[in-house]
Amino acid sequence: MVKVRSITRRGLLHATMATGGAMAFPPLRAWAATGLLNVSYDPTRELYQDIDRSFSRQWAQTHGNSPVQIRTSHGGSGAQARSVLEGAPADVVTLGLAYDIDILAQHGLLATDWQGRLPHNSTPFTSTIVFLVRKGNPKNIHDWPDLIRDGVQVITPNPKTSGGARWNYLAAWGWALRQPGGTADTARAYLKTLFAHVPVLDTGARGATNSFVQRGLGDVLLAWEDEALLAARDIGPDQFDIVVPPITILAEPPVAVVDRNVQAHGTTDVAQAYVTYLFSDEGQKIGARHYFRPVNPTILDANRDRFPDTATFDIASLGGWTRVQKDHFADGGIFDSIYSR
Amino acid sequence: MTMRRAAFPIRARWQRDALPGFGPGLGLTLFWLAGLVMLPMVALIARPWGEGLHSGLQAFAHAAHDRRILSALGVSFRSALIAALVDLVPGLLIAWALARSDIPGRRLIDMLVDLPFALPTAVVGITMATLYGPNGWIGGPLGRLGLRIAFTQTGIVLAIMFVGLPFVVRTVAPVLRNLPRDAEDAARILGANRMQVLLRVILPALYPALVTAFGMAFARGIGEYGSVIFIAGNQPFHTEIAPLLIVIRLQEYDTQGATLIGLVLVMISLLSLALISLLRRHLSHGTQGGV
Amino acid sequence: MARFAFAALIYLLMGIMVVLPPVMVLAMALSHGMGAALATFADPDALSAIRLTIIMTVLTVGVNTIFGVMAAWTLSHFRFPGRNLLIVLIELPLSVSPVVGGLVWLLVFGTQGWWGTALERWGHPIMFAPPGILLATIFVTFPYVTRTLMPMLAHNGRTAEEAAVMLGASLWQVLWHVTLPGARLALVSGVLLTTARAMGEFGAVSVVSGHIPGLTETMPLHIETLYNGYQTVAAFTMAALLVLMAAIVVAVRTFLERGQNRTEKTA
Repeated sequence: MVKVRSITRRGLLHATMATGGAMAFPPLRAWAATGLLNVSYDPTRELYQDIDRSFSRQWAQTHGNSPVQIRTSHGGSGAQARSVLEGAPADVVTLGLAYDIDILAQHGLLATDWQGRLPHNSTPFTSTIVFLVRKGNPKNIHDWPDLIRDGVQVITPNPKTSGGARWNYLAAWGWALRQPGGTADTARAYLKTLFAHVPVLDTGARGATNSFVQRGLGDVLLAWEDEALLAARDIGPDQFDIVVPPITILAEPPVAVVDRNVQAHGTTDVAQAYVTYLFSDEGQKIGARHYFRPVNPTILDANRDRFPDTATFDIASLGGWTRVQKDHFADGGIFDSIYSR
Repeated sequence: MTMRRAAFPIRARWQRDALPGFGPGLGLTLFWLAGLVMLPMVALIARPWGEGLHSGLQAFAHAAHDRRILSALGVSFRSALIAALVDLVPGLLIAWALARSDIPGRRLIDMLVDLPFALPTAVVGITMATLYGPNGWIGGPLGRLGLRIAFTQTGIVLAIMFVGLPFVVRTVAPVLRNLPRDAEDAARILGANRMQVLLRVILPALYPALVTAFGMAFARGIGEYGSVIFIAGNQPFHTEIAPLLIVIRLQEYDTQGATLIGLVLVMISLLSLALISLLRRHLSHGTQGGV
Repeated sequence: MARFAFAALIYLLMGIMVVLPPVMVLAMALSHGMGAALATFADPDALSAIRLTIIMTVLTVGVNTIFGVMAAWTLSHFRFPGRNLLIVLIELPLSVSPVVGGLVWLLVFGTQGWWGTALERWGHPIMFAPPGILLATIFVTFPYVTRTLMPMLAHNGRTAEEAAVMLGASLWQVLWHVTLPGARLALVSGVLLTTARAMGEFGAVSVVSGHIPGLTETMPLHIETLYNGYQTVAAFTMAALLVLMAAIVVAVRTFLERGQNRTEKTA
């Protein structure tokens, strides 16, 4: 039978409601004013861990020991830009390519002339696209044509969500255009064949690296030079080799302060100082340590041994990001037509 | 949910009631249900038709011809089906151990069985991927035998089996415990051996429970995401599950595409549940009592 | 002999299928020693993930418990047209993929959703912020309290409640002093199920979160971030904490149920 007994001693409902009320949202939102959020792309995890630590130390020294807490989030560059559009409160964006910041500017989050506000087109570090292969290069991959040989599987992320993937794609496109008799049609044919060799399209560069490194998928990973060097030197020192193709693209991942958000958070000064710090000698040295090519020529020269020489072409030679994005990666663009349905 | 047996005094609808609380209770229930479940579900159902009936139908027709969507739905459906079916065997054995045997450690097993249900899916995911991965405790030895589990469809099935197991045990064990013994005794007196009793008497009485268990494990499995994505290779046309394709479409900013897949996934799982409930009703007719 | 073989088979099944995964989580967490594992919690992002998970779980359990009690009370004590439909709708989230459980909220509050633009003007984002995580978690764990409580209330019947009303008790008093004490264990069991699912929710939350360490990362999301960042020890240490929390929930539930069985037998 039913036992009539009360559970009034701080019953369950009371307890849950009281705790719920006491721990509401304000503490979570509060940090946005005292901290700084850097929304970044995938392979910069290790880089910004160091930058954030060193910048906040420097900031504390010059600002009367009031420390600033910096947080950095990572993901595919396009996906990250979209999460900022959807309301992620980024003070600073450090994305994989300029177009993803242009999108934010188009929606009024920052000035459309953002790229002229910092030196070097707002790009503190450059990189290139290289090949990461299994130790000893068993499939004998040295140049772009080798990628579409029979039995070669290529790992590259999804160009619709990843910045690195778009650089990979455009590096291949640019190479194909530069071949004797190369036209948009031959380039398209090359890329169609190339993507027929791609078994998995991860949404970010780090996911692709995981597929190659940890899941053992594929024979060659198209990767940011920094991501490839990280994998080859730090993650699996005896498992991989880096192959630098004779010609590749000069990747320029830019940075910007998100005007509308820093005004709302009152973080304009610290955000400005943060992006400026990336161009400082310390910032450049940290970048070099994480295999990003410093734009400061002196520091680049000092680290020459880390970065192999290769011929590069830049995005301007392909018509600039706005045009490239529209022709290749927009819905119904060239990428849609070559990635088999 | 078996609600029928105890509760209601029989009386006309809407009759004045000795108990207060119908109004506020129903009001609050409807309010919360409307705000927290119906509102977003209606948004899901309405979304494809946002630009008119025609474009909605077109979108569905397009999706029906998209090989990548079809194969992702296929992978989810097939993996959940296989996992739920295979789960019935260990599930039944463990349920038997709990309900009918006196093996040592029964109470510990009773507690551990719920663990897969309570473990966060992401934890299950990274754990299964490591365990069955090329260097894992199980994946390593199997790999030397030439068997690959992680990043294949087998891996997906194993992950779904893990999360589905408690549903089977928890559904079958109580039925097994409450099964009237007289039929078994009668069969035994009539000279049936243990195997015959098991196959001819006990198992048929368990069919409805087994079907329910299968249905619950399947419904959980077809939408499973966190426990699967780490161990699946996530290769389109091969090991890409439907929920992952939804996430990919969202990251591509293709909300429409994501919504279509989501809607189809919900429809498949509701349809399967309806079929299963029909099947169970059919089976319960055959046996006295049932669940 | 057969009995021995059967026991061995059960131990093997349980060992491989159920026990091995959590054991491996602990082994991975401690693979570089206790110190390396504990270092995980020195990271402020880890702490704020733990805090966010606790807050989200508490709020979710609060909302779904209040709702679940009212729904179970209404559905088990009254018959009315549409009652069966209501039960089906309440259980709907169980057959919806967690990813869809997040997606549906994007369709309401996202920038491309129904009220996205209005929210943007208002300046308080719901999606990619903690409120969105809360909504997604509530959706996914919606049915558990009702589901566990309803059969118990139906089983208990309404005689005691009617008697209390005759004696002049109000609705609130009936609920608090008669109904809930009579179904105490079912209620706690439902609450524990909700807790377990809420603190571990991944798919739904991952769709609406934004994955910002320290701001919108719950423990499961933080585990994913650590895992992708090759911080295996930290990822598995965080996972071990969640395993521990899940194990506590399961253990409490089992012991409560055992206590109940014992009282039922002696009564």
